Amino acid sequence: MTNVLVTGVARYLGAHLAARLAADPRVERVIGVDAATPPTELAQVLGDVDVHRIDLHNPGMLRLIVDGEVDAVAHLAVATAVDQQGGGRTAIQQGGGRAAMKELNVIGTMQLLAACQQTARLRKVVVRSSTAAYGASFRDPAIFTEDTEPREVPRGGFAKDVLDIEGYVRGFRRRRPDVAATVLRFAPFIGSSAETRLTRYFTAAVVPTVFGRDPRLQFVHVDDAFEVLHRAVVEQHPGTFNVAGSGVLTLSQAVRRAGRVAVPILEPGLSTFAGVARRAVSLDQLDLFVHGRVVDTTRLVEEFGFEPRSTSEAFDEFIRGQGSDALLGPDVVRAVERSILNKIRQVRAVRAALEASSD
Amino acid sequence: VTEPAVASGDVWDDRVAGALAFLRERLTGDYEVDEFGFDRHLTEGMFLPLLRPFYRTWFRTEVSGVDHLPKEGPALVVANHSGTLAVDAVMLSVAVHEETPASRFLRLLGADLVFRLPVLSELARKSGGTLACNPDAERLLAAGELVGVFPEGFKGIGKPFAERYKLQRFGRGGFVSAALRTGTPIVPAAIVGAEEIYPMIGNVRPLARLIGAPYFPVTPTFPWLGPLGLLPLPSKWLIEFGEPISTLDYVDSADDPMVVFNLADQVRETIQQTLHRLLERRPDAFSA
Repeated sequence: MTNVLVTGVARYLGAHLAARLAADPRVERVIGVDAATPPTELAQVLGDVDVHRIDLHNPGMLRLIVDGEVDAVAHLAVATAVDQQGGGRTAIQQGGGRAAMKELNVIGTMQLLAACQQTARLRKVVVRSSTAAYGASFRDPAIFTEDTEPREVPRGGFAKDVLDIEGYVRGFRRRRPDVAATVLRFAPFIGSSAETRLTRYFTAAVVPTVFGRDPRLQFVHVDDAFEVLHRAVVEQHPGTFNVAGSGVLTLSQAVRRAGRVAVPILEPGLSTFAGVARRAVSLDQLDLFVHGRVVDTTRLVEEFGFEPRSTSEAFDEFIRGQGSDALLGPDVVRAVERSILNKIRQVRAVRAALEASSD
Repeated sequence: VTEPAVASGDVWDDRVAGALAFLRERLTGDYEVDEFGFDRHLTEGMFLPLLRPFYRTWFRTEVSGVDHLPKEGPALVVANHSGTLAVDAVMLSVAVHEETPASRFLRLLGADLVFRLPVLSELARKSGGTLACNPDAERLLAAGELVGVFPEGFKGIGKPFAERYKLQRFGRGGFVSAALRTGTPIVPAAIVGAEEIYPMIGNVRPLARLIGAPYFPVTPTFPWLGPLGLLPLPSKWLIEFGEPISTLDYVDSADDPMVVFNLADQVRETIQQTLHRLLERRPDAFSA
């Protein structure tokens, strides 16, 4: 029987993982922490979870871990972007935005791992990371394995945070080799229930893309992400793992499958725009849409004995869940095709009739 | 997927129906792209039909030694590079697809400049290319693909016309270690004809530096005739695939610089000699 502490329970991912773990008979008790109060729809999910509203860098964290006799920590309080629904992610309100995001991601992880380091009982740490850890460079190989080092320090804030977070985990591993530390590098999440920046992007009427670039994208279905997180917490899988659906969709292909219309924009203009209006377009997103990102998941499949559904399946499931408000759905295209073919047939029939009558 | 068929038997009707089906599959994203970004649907449906007239009519390409390419499984095709623009790489992959019984695809390894440029980078990926780096080369070879590489790089493609058919240095022989590590045979390929398509008689270095290109070519038609200067001259092309060089005996020596260097040199010599032999067969660069 294990006691688990989950951070970031005021967000979708943290709340649902905490609920899943609470329902698992192998787990005795789940403590959920977040600097913010979970919104009502998540609070309903968290019925069996012992929720504490506390900052990661509050000294009380250590008490919580020790008194709660915590065996495993799942660290999900990582913000991927500046814009935050719900607000008040951190107690530090200095300017909010990027500063608050960095505070949560980098300082939060550092403090949490420092607390973890001091607790003798702890056996497992699971940290949410991202495939953004591979950075973005034109000299990158097409497919990243867990051993690929980033060639250039990425310009996006989240990607920089991810590198810092993983750096702290490396330090933690050195100091506490007895604790199994699992780092999960997730591809962007997609699914019919979760709403993310990316799902909002693919449901907009017109979709901005970068001119002359058609990045290869990978997604992971949110439910598969939960499965992997769940297994990492209750089983024993130390190491760093890419978590993504196998296969690839190019951005143009994904936009077409979603029945949307892509509007290519010149990259220099977008970069400037992203520099000025960080809330609208982040450099992280821009890098993804220029370089794309594909990872090898062999290590995950072998170690976890679990294969997430493919990128294409995950995306199609998301599209099905969206209903049919598509501008250019497959039905429309098929109907146009059929009508053209019918027109040709009609013209031919008329011509054949004319030729027959003139003979 | 049910194909709306026109049962008229008319060849044009079939073509129209085929084109519409292709267009529908494009518009709805109903095709597969591999992890390197290779879009077989687009390559077969659009790129190859556009390139075939150049391959057959414009350059009148003659290919020999196709039997030296494996019917299935991996091989590393190493070829000479020339012609100011990498038309030779494109034609080599058309040759592989047209002449091999299984219509195989040649997966080209390109310089990072290619992947830096918008549009071009995507054309390269969609037609099966990827960045020339060992992880990608080894991954493609391990997956049983035919991989094409031009070790001369910009030194070969950007050399002046006066130095035509003189092989340049082969770099550090990274391609050899990729073949060694995967135990893949190396197939040397000699391409004659590409040197004459854009004869480079000058190189405006300051302009090249300004736009960040390795060279800024001056040919008899470029830049004088503007975009018309981009039309390649209709030289006669000969491509020969040489006997495969087995690497199985050296699998453990992928990190041994002497082994790598010697193998690279052997490949280079083979290509150079084949080029001389092919040139004797083609006394006139623009012959039929």
